[in-house]
Amino acid sequence: MTIDAALLERHGLKPDEYDRIVRALGREPSITELGIFSVMWSEHCSYKSSRIHLKKLPTKGPRVLQGPGENAGAVDIGSGLAAVFKIESHNHPSFIEPYQGAATGVGGIIRDIFTMGARPIALLNSLRFGPLEGPTGARTRRILEGVVAGIGGYGNSIGIATVGGEIAFEESYAGNPLVNVMCLGIVDANALVKGKASGVGNPVYYVGAKTGRDGIHGATMASAEFDDRSAEKRPAVQVGDPFMEKLLLEACLELMATDALIGVQDMGAAGLTCSTCEMGARGGAGIEIDVRHVPQRETGMTPYEIMLSESQERMLLVVKHGREHEVEAIFDKWDLHAAHIGFVTDDGLMRVKDGGKVVAEIPNTALVDDAPVYNRPTSRPAYLDTVNTLELGALRPAPPPDALRAVLSSPTIASKRWVFRQYDHMVRTNTLVLAGMGAGVVRIKGTPRALAMSTDGNGRHCYLDPRKGAMLAVAEAARNVACAGARPIGATNCLNFGNPEKPEIMWQFVEVVEGIAEACRALDVPITGGNVSLYNETDGNAIYPTPIIGVVGVIEDASCTLGRVFRHSAREIVLLGEADGDLGGSEYVKTVHGLVAGAAPRIDLGRERALIDVLVEAAAQRLIESAHDCADGGVAVTLAECAFDSGGIGFTVDLPLAADEQANPWTNLGLLFGEAGGRVIVSVSPGKRQPLAALAARAGVPASVIGTTGGERMRIEVGGQETVDVALAEMEQLWSSVLGRYFAGRAA
Amino acid sequence: MAESHESAAASKASRWQALAGGPSANQKMKFAVIVFPGSNCDHDAYHAAKHVLGQEAEFVWHKDTSLGAADVVILPGGFAHGDYLRTGAIARFSPVMAAVRAFADAGGPVLGVCNGFQILLESGLLPGAMLRNRGLKFICEHVSVRVEQVDTPFTAACSAGQILSIPINHGEGNYFASDDVLDALERDRRVVFRYVDAATGQPSEASNPNGAARSIAGICSERRNVVGMMPHPERACEPMLGSGDGLVLFESVVRALSSAGAVGTAAR
Repeated sequence: MTIDAALLERHGLKPDEYDRIVRALGREPSITELGIFSVMWSEHCSYKSSRIHLKKLPTKGPRVLQGPGENAGAVDIGSGLAAVFKIESHNHPSFIEPYQGAATGVGGIIRDIFTMGARPIALLNSLRFGPLEGPTGARTRRILEGVVAGIGGYGNSIGIATVGGEIAFEESYAGNPLVNVMCLGIVDANALVKGKASGVGNPVYYVGAKTGRDGIHGATMASAEFDDRSAEKRPAVQVGDPFMEKLLLEACLELMATDALIGVQDMGAAGLTCSTCEMGARGGAGIEIDVRHVPQRETGMTPYEIMLSESQERMLLVVKHGREHEVEAIFDKWDLHAAHIGFVTDDGLMRVKDGGKVVAEIPNTALVDDAPVYNRPTSRPAYLDTVNTLELGALRPAPPPDALRAVLSSPTIASKRWVFRQYDHMVRTNTLVLAGMGAGVVRIKGTPRALAMSTDGNGRHCYLDPRKGAMLAVAEAARNVACAGARPIGATNCLNFGNPEKPEIMWQFVEVVEGIAEACRALDVPITGGNVSLYNETDGNAIYPTPIIGVVGVIEDASCTLGRVFRHSAREIVLLGEADGDLGGSEYVKTVHGLVAGAAPRIDLGRERALIDVLVEAAAQRLIESAHDCADGGVAVTLAECAFDSGGIGFTVDLPLAADEQANPWTNLGLLFGEAGGRVIVSVSPGKRQPLAALAARAGVPASVIGTTGGERMRIEVGGQETVDVALAEMEQLWSSVLGRYFAGRAA
Repeated sequence: MAESHESAAASKASRWQALAGGPSANQKMKFAVIVFPGSNCDHDAYHAAKHVLGQEAEFVWHKDTSLGAADVVILPGGFAHGDYLRTGAIARFSPVMAAVRAFADAGGPVLGVCNGFQILLESGLLPGAMLRNRGLKFICEHVSVRVEQVDTPFTAACSAGQILSIPINHGEGNYFASDDVLDALERDRRVVFRYVDAATGQPSEASNPNGAARSIAGICSERRNVVGMMPHPERACEPMLGSGDGLVLFESVVRALSSAGAVGTAAR
């Protein structure tokens, strides 16, 4: 086959990239080699557009045991244990085939965690969809139903609790939904396993599912925009087998408990190609394999197809020479076939043979380290000049009770019970905060501790101001974790953007990365890994810039864990932080007035850090009984969510006007529905108001007693004047039934 | 493994009967938790028995032919062999099932939870079958179940009509059997747990999460020593997890085994 422009285009390679390949090899590549380069140098695997910017992220800290570069990051959680975690996207496959796309996304991130030697114990997911109504509503409902079923189908079967996550709906995701999945596992800190090959002559094993033609060019697909022919790419989506993965998980952990293993890597994107050259490169070694020994489930597969297949549930292992029987016995026990496909060499080459004949021979460094790196041009998008103005005077302020009903009925705000009841969120009996009741919290058996985790990101805020939106995302995830009583200690990020070859998109990307870096430094939460998903565009329309931040925190005494809901009546309610918020970019302005406009909400990172300190200390001293982050929907929605699922504990509060403020409709709406960082609603333990106030004062965090819990109504006054007085039961019914209604008539 | 599984099981059962007949406060019960390759609640049952209840527990691999010195057998939840076919359809052929059957035949207490219940149905140790949930969706949430019978080894410490808050976690928990079988189960008082409304304590359409016939959440064998149930008591053994109501099932079997005559089967 001759290599021409059309062939290069099909491989997603630019002419200058091809020239680079020829220079790296000192000759023309074979077709197999061309395929190998195309997947390794795809955006998905090489991070060629993002790499120079990702270096700006803080990745070090006293607790960081493993930063970016391995299969997942790891932080020290005390008692000699490490938490291993990472978030990853499966956006493109989930749009094309929602069930399998989402399921294999879950499978992929789980493999990244147990590859590090950790037992996975928690999953979270952040999902973004288009509106459930309107011209694309029916398609979106079908996608959502498939994605949720796929996440559940995989996670429930393999037995890892889905303990948290969030979902938002915006028009920009209608043609490009986001499926970001985070997994966390636990391992002895000194037993972390690395994905490297070493020791000349050590055998290389292939374990797991057989290789088929599914998923060929998946990494390349994830590195291109969608158009109306995307459905034709369905064969590039893989099919998941959670039972196979369960076998692999148990067998690999059993093998890791011996010292027969040198290194292991899962075959995710770019399959056998990526795992082979990355393990070789990390260990400074070479690997030679023969594709004839690779278990295949289809006949007549070419070396090209075998090397590029993205069939799921496969692992590549390097084990110690002489320990082969021991290794094979473990896999036999789990009815898995471990195929000896090659060995480690000292030549630094990835050598692929087909029945003894060399079909590819490439220096590992050329594939892994010498991939092109682009400093793509950036340009501030013109849309910002128009969307950043919000003329409230041109709008008619909604009566507060109507506004509350509308915002609680927004699918983004409404209860997600319809979704999470489809996920096993309890297996392994560690879940201390049940799904939907706050941050995800799992206890660590054998220690007094628990881990809290949260994934957050508001695309609308990032659209209005990428840098500030990114800071708000980091702060929200850290604040959510602190609301559970946990000290945030590490973060992972999934960066979802449009086409980076457009300077406006690249500008958003750079702003977001710098915003994340600044916030992570300010809050002292290093980034230990993550994933970049670019080209999230359909027919030229990009998604909102959407960084999803996953933060992990430690609760030293698991019995101090807090959830979002009021626990008792007749408790004082305290607002930590400023009462006032911004209507710009708010859920209120979007839902009631149909506008995405204004400046993104305010955030003060110094104040944010002080608030986290107050929450962690207040929880540890049992000064508070519940804590709920005040984000989407503002104070009114946050208070409502403190009452929902509490067993009918309402509230009466009076929000204070600032000294220079007069009660008027827009001031009232700003206090009720305005959004801002740095605010949390807590209910105070009996007699603990003074210690809490003193703690907050020392930290410089405003703390105002705004009311008390109890009663069957939700009553909110502003400056002594009634604005909202509604029945809790009615509002809870409204909030609880929104999602289910969209799927009524279908399977409940 | 030298002895055949029949004789191994028989000797375990006789140990169980000896225990049941001669209580010893100091002697710990041994729970055998069967591990199929796709079991995923095995560690939870083990944790409940060993760490919450303070009894002994050990895992028994599905390819083993002996239950060891087990006093109680638990078939845990999960997806035994992926369950792409019918839940439990392959698990019934695992080598350990012959030993489980012999143990049950000798009167030993066996609890099948969720997938374990499905395996007991496929094995014919309990009657009936599971259909997909009425709503065709997997459901994970706390439900209220009423204890209908207290003369099984796993409900001996309950009071009749006691309502327990225990989570369900399944896609196929819609219990089905012919009317004859259902009538016989009712007549022989073999419906052990029923889904009920927490407020009224009565079964209702709304409180039946999966469409199970007659709101059945759990049943027992003719001899009452084999109990299968869809709700997960091992997930509700510690209040910090949301409910401690499930622990009474584990306490029941310990009590049943250590006090002679407390259970129908133990009196034989």
